[in-house]
Amino acid sequence: MAEYLLELRGVSKSFPGVKALDNVSLALRPGTVHALMGENGAGKSTLMKCLFGIYKMDAGEVYMNGEKIQVNDPDDAMRHGIAMVHQELQPVPARSVAENLFLGRFPVKKLGPIQMIDHKKMYKDTEYWLHEVKMDFNPKALLGDLSIGQMQSVEIAKAVSHQAKVVIFDEPTSSLSDNEVEALFRIMNDLRDKGVAMVYISHKMDEIKRIADDITIMRDGTYVGTWPAAELTTEQIIAKMVGRELTNVYPERKNEPGEVIMEVNDFCSIHENSFQHVSFKLRKGEILGFGGLVGAQRTELLEGVFGIRGVASGEIKINGQPVKIKRPADAMKAGIGLITEDRRGNGIFGCLSIKDNVGVSVYNKYLKAGFVLDHKSINAVVDDSIKKLRIKTPSMKEHIANLSGGNQQKVIVARWLANDPDILIMDEPTRGIDVGAKHEIYEIMNDLAAQGKAIIMISSEMAELLGMADRVYVMCDGKLRGEITEKEEMTQARVMGYATQF
Amino acid sequence: MGKKKLSFKDIMVNYGVIIIMILLVIYTGFTSKNFLSGNNLNNILMNMSSRIVIALGIAGCIITAGCDLSAGRMIGFGGCIAGTLLQKMDYSKKFFPDMEPLNIFVALLIVMLICALFGCVTGFFIAYMHVPPFISTMAMMEVVYGINLLYTNATPLGGYTKQYTDIATGKFLGINYLIWIAILVAAITWFIFNMTRHGKYMYAIGGNPQAAEVAGVPVKKTLIIIYAKAAAMYGLAGFMLGAKSGGASVNLGLGYEMEAIAACTIGGVSVSGGRGKVSSAIIGVAVFELLKTALQFLGVNANAQWIALGVIIFVAISLDIRKYVARK
Repeated sequence: MAEYLLELRGVSKSFPGVKALDNVSLALRPGTVHALMGENGAGKSTLMKCLFGIYKMDAGEVYMNGEKIQVNDPDDAMRHGIAMVHQELQPVPARSVAENLFLGRFPVKKLGPIQMIDHKKMYKDTEYWLHEVKMDFNPKALLGDLSIGQMQSVEIAKAVSHQAKVVIFDEPTSSLSDNEVEALFRIMNDLRDKGVAMVYISHKMDEIKRIADDITIMRDGTYVGTWPAAELTTEQIIAKMVGRELTNVYPERKNEPGEVIMEVNDFCSIHENSFQHVSFKLRKGEILGFGGLVGAQRTELLEGVFGIRGVASGEIKINGQPVKIKRPADAMKAGIGLITEDRRGNGIFGCLSIKDNVGVSVYNKYLKAGFVLDHKSINAVVDDSIKKLRIKTPSMKEHIANLSGGNQQKVIVARWLANDPDILIMDEPTRGIDVGAKHEIYEIMNDLAAQGKAIIMISSEMAELLGMADRVYVMCDGKLRGEITEKEEMTQARVMGYATQF
Repeated sequence: MGKKKLSFKDIMVNYGVIIIMILLVIYTGFTSKNFLSGNNLNNILMNMSSRIVIALGIAGCIITAGCDLSAGRMIGFGGCIAGTLLQKMDYSKKFFPDMEPLNIFVALLIVMLICALFGCVTGFFIAYMHVPPFISTMAMMEVVYGINLLYTNATPLGGYTKQYTDIATGKFLGINYLIWIAILVAAITWFIFNMTRHGKYMYAIGGNPQAAEVAGVPVKKTLIIIYAKAAAMYGLAGFMLGAKSGGASVNLGLGYEMEAIAACTIGGVSVSGGRGKVSSAIIGVAVFELLKTALQFLGVNANAQWIALGVIIFVAISLDIRKYVARK
């Protein structure tokens, strides 16, 4: 038997404009838990999706027990005994546990010429496999009625029932309670005893130390190295994850922050797992950074401030006056703007023109006789912002969908500038746009700050966060874990330290 | 980017249905001499008038990625209310025997207000209860039909005042009042779609409801106004149809909602939302009416005409979806 149960060699994968994986290797020993670590965007999930056949790798080979195998799609992967447990992979919440477990391979019995589903066998087998992972709940229960942890164990039971030899866990504990984490670890220990090799992706250092046998670290789509877990300290892991030079150059700031414009006190989400008891302050002319890992609830917090997400309790004060924000319109009245993280999802209107995309939130301001749109003034405003923000387009009538990501982002910036907010929240303002446009967005941010506007920037790109922000808050697991006020103290290790304080 | 040269394929995808229609009209015009006569064209325009009003109402709903199945029943309801208010005093089966017939403008106002009220209810369920438009308008369709049955006892109405039937027969500048009404409604709708906030909000909601919310668009309020406005227009259409046929029954307007939705789609109002103009709805109605009349003139079996209408809908919607997919 080969030393390694599964080997990935020289895997590369590019997306348009980004090299997501560059010659990455990974080797799993049988009967071990192999932690895969790295910052946001290091390529961990991409690598696993390549292994599982969700993405097609551009280059690279997969070996199982020393033999080369080909994985074209998740079905192939399952046939080769590779399974993936992913919290977003809840196949059919409206159907029963048993149906989910046997989806696509229902046991059948013959009734004359008719094939029909053998429900009895299905429920019995489900019970058996659930018992295998020490989870005794009703196979007839609706999957959607289970807790996330229970749903995960259904996924695990499915993996076990496939006789999987390799199981991938992609951030399985990010929304589990402590008890559920314990249950998961128990199952993982069982699987380890059975000789199954597991990949475990997580940012939680204490969990890694408890469960992992080996650790592979990735950085910016490249392979850093593999070490036995016992040989690395938490500090060493963080150092290896972030150990890179800051290469991007950020335009110089022209002003110093002024007095406090907004105060958020003891903000709590209506969801227990989301942001809880967060308080922060924002100053005029300041770029305030929010750092943290994906899932730290930064977006949720600031969308809560803007009135999109449910807020259970907490207070917002603007210029010392408490304001009530229930809907985005309230936030806008209070002088807040929000550029959302998901540009396609809730930013742009793809089928509308640039003009309408900018105009949609300022049509209120440009009316003749109280109700007729003043197209002339609106055109002037849109034209002006196309020039100022250097939006590359033949005309303002062009559909926004025809622009590049960077130019779309500038159109959204233009929408909010037309609104003239005092506070602008920018959630991942440079996600998915090219380097040139990034730099232009940075310049726009600096200009706005110099005009005395207050900017909140959420960024998962460490370099951007540290390069742009005057001050940084770091969140983890819905809570504010640290504040870094001095430029000299803004280091990647410091931020990562706070960001992993679960 | 610049202007791309239109290829033959692009032209066929964008205007295929309309081109086929024009060819059909030319062919019918040559083979049957009465088809392009002034009389027949006037007839077609008369038929189009109420359908344009309906289609423009429904277009607003479709642009927000919704639909309105209650249109047909709402037309019947509107037609019946108008009928009961505008019967001659000497008509033997008068619905309100002792009531003087109302002024037609007052009657029309009452019809439109009552329909708008029901439209508000539909809009409320769509906006606040998140009931999908398909379901909530279907529910309203049943409710309105039931109310109309109770109201009229399912008896057909007739014996309208001359003032009311004049709406259909009277002319201004040689053009029937009904056609003028359609022109006026089209003009007002164009104004609302292009020159008011409400119109812009409507497109924004259809284009991306989440983004509309974030951009501060009053999504719920806008949706309610759209469904109320549409219902008022169905009421107007019922009023027009009643005048034209000189009577009304509970089944007036039955199935018109499907025709209107089809017409909008043929004309280019996207069922995926966010796209569609006043001209789209009018062109769609024109295509539909011309097709029906041309097939009649060509002597196509009346039953087989339904098949032709269905095929046109298949083709038009397939092309519409193609446009949408290609843009993405």
